[in-house]
Amino acid sequence: MNSESSVYKLMEVCGTHTMAIARAGIRQLLPQNVRLISGPGCPVCVTDQSELDAVLDLSMEKDVIIAGYGDMLRVPGSTRGDSLARRKSLGARVEIVFSPVDAIGIAQREPDKQVVFLGIGFETTAPGTAMAVKLAKERGVENFSVLCLLKRVEPVLRGLAKDPDFDIDGFLCPGHVAVITGADSFGFIPRELGLPAVVSGFEPEDLIRSCSMLLSQIREGRAELENQYKRAVTSEGNLLALKTMEEVLEPSDCRFRGMGTVPLGGFSIKPEYRKFDAKARFGLEYKDVPEPAGCRCGLVIQGKIEPAGCPLFGRVCTPADPVGPCMVSSEGSCAAAYKYSWEE
Amino acid sequence: MCLAVPLKLIEIEGNDGVAERDGITRSVRLDFIKEPRLGDYVIVHAGFAIERLNEAQALADIEAAKEIEDELRKLCV
Amino acid sequence: MEDIITLDYGSGGKKTSSLIEETILPLLGNPALDELGDGAVVEGAEKLVFSTDSFVVSPYFFPGGDIGKLSVCGTVNDVAMQGGIPKYLSLGLIIEEGLPAEHLKRIIGSVSRTAEEAGVRVVTGDTKVVEKGMGDGIFINTSGIGVLACPGLSPKNIRPGDKVIVSGTIGDHGTAVMLARNPDLVKGDLKSDCKPLNRLAQALYGLGEDLRVLRDPTRGGVATTLCEFVQGSGNCVILDESALPVSPKVMSACDILGLDPLYCANEGKLLAVVAPERAADALALLKDIPGGEDAAVIGEITDAHPGKVLVKTRFGALRILAKLAGAQLPRIC
Repeated sequence: MNSESSVYKLMEVCGTHTMAIARAGIRQLLPQNVRLISGPGCPVCVTDQSELDAVLDLSMEKDVIIAGYGDMLRVPGSTRGDSLARRKSLGARVEIVFSPVDAIGIAQREPDKQVVFLGIGFETTAPGTAMAVKLAKERGVENFSVLCLLKRVEPVLRGLAKDPDFDIDGFLCPGHVAVITGADSFGFIPRELGLPAVVSGFEPEDLIRSCSMLLSQIREGRAELENQYKRAVTSEGNLLALKTMEEVLEPSDCRFRGMGTVPLGGFSIKPEYRKFDAKARFGLEYKDVPEPAGCRCGLVIQGKIEPAGCPLFGRVCTPADPVGPCMVSSEGSCAAAYKYSWEE
Repeated sequence: MCLAVPLKLIEIEGNDGVAERDGITRSVRLDFIKEPRLGDYVIVHAGFAIERLNEAQALADIEAAKEIEDELRKLCV
Repeated sequence: MEDIITLDYGSGGKKTSSLIEETILPLLGNPALDELGDGAVVEGAEKLVFSTDSFVVSPYFFPGGDIGKLSVCGTVNDVAMQGGIPKYLSLGLIIEEGLPAEHLKRIIGSVSRTAEEAGVRVVTGDTKVVEKGMGDGIFINTSGIGVLACPGLSPKNIRPGDKVIVSGTIGDHGTAVMLARNPDLVKGDLKSDCKPLNRLAQALYGLGEDLRVLRDPTRGGVATTLCEFVQGSGNCVILDESALPVSPKVMSACDILGLDPLYCANEGKLLAVVAPERAADALALLKDIPGGEDAAVIGEITDAHPGKVLVKTRFGALRILAKLAGAQLPRIC
């Protein structure tokens, strides 16, 4: 932390925090010299466009039903305008589900189709996704598989901190990830990075309190882990959920949009469950694809520029016609900024 | 990816349950809740209850939320 | 415009606007159509209000109504919002092969009862049947004619200082239909608010020029309608979040499904913009009529941020309410 600096930068790394902050207008309530920066917390935004392209191609295969969360429907791959919504209009079977278990239900009702569930999310969503794989195996639902695109928060944060431009004064830690992994899982932030960290809930009051706790730490020169979300987050996390994750998933190197490969940044399905791994089942390959021309999602995701700092923001890239996922994902920084902020 | 809502458990059948708020009910999986009980408040994300809410702490948080004016003042560095 | 029509083009948001502006107006435009009001004011022996609407709701039976009731309310309400006293409807049915006759009977029964409640008559119609797979059970189009009673209603009348009033709770229809579409997922005793609005509207006609504009916030919800009121103008709406009437059930359903009640369709509510000194009168008039009991002032017009709709949160912060690009998608994130 630069003690001469009069501007304090707090980073959150959770798409739902991004949205909650924007919705409550928290930035307007913070003092002028405090900046809230959105980091790579939107799991859709950080999914590499080559993986999305593979999903889009898969969606056109006869007898394949793609099942995913509503968030995924309009995210563009590497070609502007190309998304699951568009493919649906061209005949692809795309179903919006609210839970991976719903996708198993679809598979059971349509035994002659292949149902591929898009497993997007961080550790909050990982246990449910893992349980779906287990349930499919137990119930013998052979026409169901999961495309595991799950990500892990800790490696990403470590990767960010290694960057020479890294200049953050404190972290708001994702409350629901911490429900699963435990508040202590963020202990490395004060211990190894020397920075204050507060595990935060999602109500406006939670966020205000968490920012206040972070700023107190900064003011007092402390670097500690604090838990603001004690009503849901324990120190050790949800052991049942962690056990299920451990059974089905293993950490693996993973490409993050705009950040390159993050060592152990994602999850993949363990060999014992490979039968339900859509990547293996369909022999999917992820081709190296460049970012769409001018797209700065990679920089936005890392918190290096604000949405308004991207030359395409609001002019060429809008929610109606997005260039990159930060604008269309319901949790993307650009979507939040476009939807909730404006220039005075 | 963390939209999750606190709901009250009103039905339990093995690993499946029903949770509700204000008369709206939702089916939930209970695989990750140790010994779920009727009346527990759980946080539900993507169809799974991911944790039981600590009632005492939740009430304390509601009280603390009333002091939000103080918190807003404390924000000034 | 893209090369294919996708679902988003029908959602009432920006893509619908672009479809109208880029494809329809250039080919069909005329003074009446170009106004893009809820109803068209046209010349006849008297000044008439003429409107049309098509109904493709799925499922066609939902708590609180069905496609038949909706098809009468939709057009009656559009005529009423444009200041017309609705009189006559046409009824066009496109039926998918295989629709149970019992269902058709129920739907026509609803049309009949709702027409009677609204004081209109179905005077002409048409029926077509298409092959299985070519229609979603049944599609309906209604067109309606009314006699102009309150001329000049238009967003162009809106000026700084005016108040924004809603006649009751918001988001009811959209969430009820969403629940009806996902019956295994979320259950609740949520009903569509579908009802004719002509009596509520007529109660306000007496305000004369102090009533600036009326509109029923259907597709796209209150947010979209308010955006339409001010876009391209020097006006801005500032909504008071704590003044928005939302029933707790609707709020919970929206929280669970990841929806925002401000963007959910309403089929039995109207938005009115009135002169500030008449706001209290307008509220009293609405509350006196069944369906208007929960009427409330929800915001005001200023010229601070031209063309924008802003919401003042509980903490006094302001956030923008944008027109959606396409249909509102349920969020899990």
